Amino acid sequence: MKIFIMILIGVAGGIIGGMGMGGGTLLIPLLVIFTDVTQHGAQAINLAAFVPMSVVALIIHFRNKLVDVKKAVWIAVPATVTAVFSSLLADKADGKSLGRYFGVFLLALGVYQLCSAIADKVKKKRMEDRK
Amino acid sequence: MGKIKEKFLLVLGGAAVGLTGGFFGGGGGMLCVPLLDKFLKVETKRAHATAMLAIMPMSIAAVVTYFLKGHFELWDTLTTGLGVLAGGLVGALLLKKLNSFVVAVIFAVLMLGAGVRLTFF
Repeated sequence: MKIFIMILIGVAGGIIGGMGMGGGTLLIPLLVIFTDVTQHGAQAINLAAFVPMSVVALIIHFRNKLVDVKKAVWIAVPATVTAVFSSLLADKADGKSLGRYFGVFLLALGVYQLCSAIADKVKKKRMEDRK
Repeated sequence: MGKIKEKFLLVLGGAAVGLTGGFFGGGGGMLCVPLLDKFLKVETKRAHATAMLAIMPMSIAAVVTYFLKGHFELWDTLTTGLGVLAGGLVGALLLKKLNSFVVAVIFAVLMLGAGVRLTFF
């Protein structure tokens, strides 16, 4: 039963991820709320689960010449260094607190997502009106 | 934009992407995409594709760290990962068919709901 729930949660996260929105930000809370996976465990699953999907997507993006490798490298190097540091920091936090921090992070992202979706919609409407 | 200013933004943004990505085990892309398209004026599709490559080494480094600290479950990752792969394909195909505004709003509401649940309960 647990397997089915996990696959289902993966599908939900994957659909959002495949549409170019942050799938992981949905995958982690779903795992924590609906399965016995811990906050730390869910975060590790999310980090790993998106790698194969990204590889497949990247092959397509490379073919379509959509990847700016230079900019990616300039981001990736500092990101990798700080990620090791912050992963160690996350390990030091207990699951309950880490879940709370994650909740606040989600609230911030949710507000941002809602605002930018509405802003995009307004912008599109204005462009259409001008035509 | 000057070359130096651009590199500075990329490195500073990259450091922030790594900090959140490692600490929260995700959300790196949600910072990386706006960094590229809003601040550096990269076209949206290109920003998404570039962000994917930019985040991959960071994700792998973070997974290794989580693994070394005993937070990694192989079986759970495989089952969820299988779902993600299938869902990813569906999502990519649906991208053109669904109203992206509606999906973005549903997604935002889900995030807010989960955020309230995790923060207060």
